[in-house]
Amino acid sequence: MNETAVALAPAGYKSEVKPVWCPGCGDFGVVNALSKAFAKLALRPEDIAVVSGIGCSSRIPAYMSSYGFHGVHGRALAAGTGLKIARPDLTVVVTGGDGDGYSIGGNHFLHACRRNVDMTYVVMDNRVYGMTKGQPSPTTEPDWDSKLSPDGTGLREFQPMVIALASGANFVARGFTGDPNGLAEILVEAMRHPGFSFVEVLSPCVTFRPEQKEWKKLVQEDAFTPTADAKEAAGRLMHDTGFDLGVLYAGGRAPYAPRGPRAERPVEELERRFVL
Amino acid sequence: MSGKSRVARQALPGSVEEFMACAYAMEVEAAERYAELADQMDTHHNREVAGLFAKLARIEGKHRDQILARMGWEHGPDAAVFRWETPEGPETTDYGELHYLMQPYHALRLAEHNERRAAEFFERFAAAPVPEDVRAAAREMAEEEREHVRLIQEWLARVPPPEPGWDEDMDPPAVAD
Ligand SMILES: Cc1ncc(C[n+]2csc(CCOP(=O)(O)OP(=O)(O)O)c2C)c(N)n1
Ligand code: SF4
Repeated sequence: MNETAVALAPAGYKSEVKPVWCPGCGDFGVVNALSKAFAKLALRPEDIAVVSGIGCSSRIPAYMSSYGFHGVHGRALAAGTGLKIARPDLTVVVTGGDGDGYSIGGNHFLHACRRNVDMTYVVMDNRVYGMTKGQPSPTTEPDWDSKLSPDGTGLREFQPMVIALASGANFVARGFTGDPNGLAEILVEAMRHPGFSFVEVLSPCVTFRPEQKEWKKLVQEDAFTPTADAKEAAGRLMHDTGFDLGVLYAGGRAPYAPRGPRAERPVEELERRFVL
Repeated sequence: MSGKSRVARQALPGSVEEFMACAYAMEVEAAERYAELADQMDTHHNREVAGLFAKLARIEGKHRDQILARMGWEHGPDAAVFRWETPEGPETTDYGELHYLMQPYHALRLAEHNERRAAEFFERFAAAPVPEDVRAAAREMAEEEREHVRLIQEWLARVPPPEPGWDEDMDPPAVAD
């Protein structure tokens, strides 16, 4: 990561585009926290790339002044991984929702953890598909009763932090959009930590899950004590409330490094090779 | 946040400079948030509330500038990641309190709540074991915030309270009850 002494205020990392999210959406807190984290790290906007998939949360790249790539549903991690390998000098932050990351993108999530490429993955988890109007997602509670899931799905929730830890993510944490300053601190640590950093962000969807406004009463600040011992972290997750905040795990695995010399090819040659 | 309380990260200010840095960070955060909320309402064509939030942003911006002038600071101290005992500054509106159909009355109630919290925040400092000049500055700031509470209440009295069902949308976005 290029931490340089450019004293940009957090507002300097926000673009001119105004978010179209519903007023009250948790995702505003992520733009706020990300811009504070970039400012704290004194990164230059041109040294950052925010990559996303599809969903309300995935609109984030448009709202930041850094490079951005609003990709394909579920494929944000694939795009982010390719970018980081090709441009290791960039700070790559991959963003998206629980639908994007754990349904259609679930397999990419496992392998991104396993590969341990040096980037940060921020999942705005609202336990619903917001953009497509309220279908249950993998993290939706089994008894969430709605018109689209009468009596609930009856399915056990996906456990992102357990999966991330078991699959090899080198940094695992949880933040909350109602505490953007606390989230900014977690994001700073995540971006500084080498390897694949996974940050689960509890981000209420006030439109389809208005009951999530109560999350601010449930979250437990600084509930995790960071450890470099994966076994200890796994044990801690056994009694996680789902609302415990903080850094759970900061491991010591070396990040993925491509073997052999980098193949530098002119863009024209690459273009020729891709002609159908 | 009513869960496990945040470890008090704010050491008690030992000087007026430290105290005013904290007051400054509070005004900056409040002003930025109101401006952001104005944008949110504007995007959703709720012009009346957007205008009101923009006005509140200007008022908080004025308070911020008054602190700079009082302290003779050209730039304020860095407020980027200021840790409060509460998740955000005592005068900052929680994002989650917004509703796209909200009315000026709701916005003013939020402002009243913020000013009241700010006053209580300064009153706590005024009652804490801090140097006498810090206590005097805290008392003064608390009085100012109490005055803001009164002004907002006067403003509220001129605004009609919402009718029941104000948040009912004839064309609701939610298909999930
Ligand atoms: C290949 C593909 N399949 C399905 C969709 C429809 N789709 C768009 S966003 C989305 C899910 C969004 O949910 P989530 O990722 O949780 O984000 P949120 O909107 O809640 O932030 C789906 C299924 C799509 N755009 N592309
Ligand atoms: S539908 Fe939900 S997730 Fe999407 S912008 Fe609205 S509140 Fe946010």
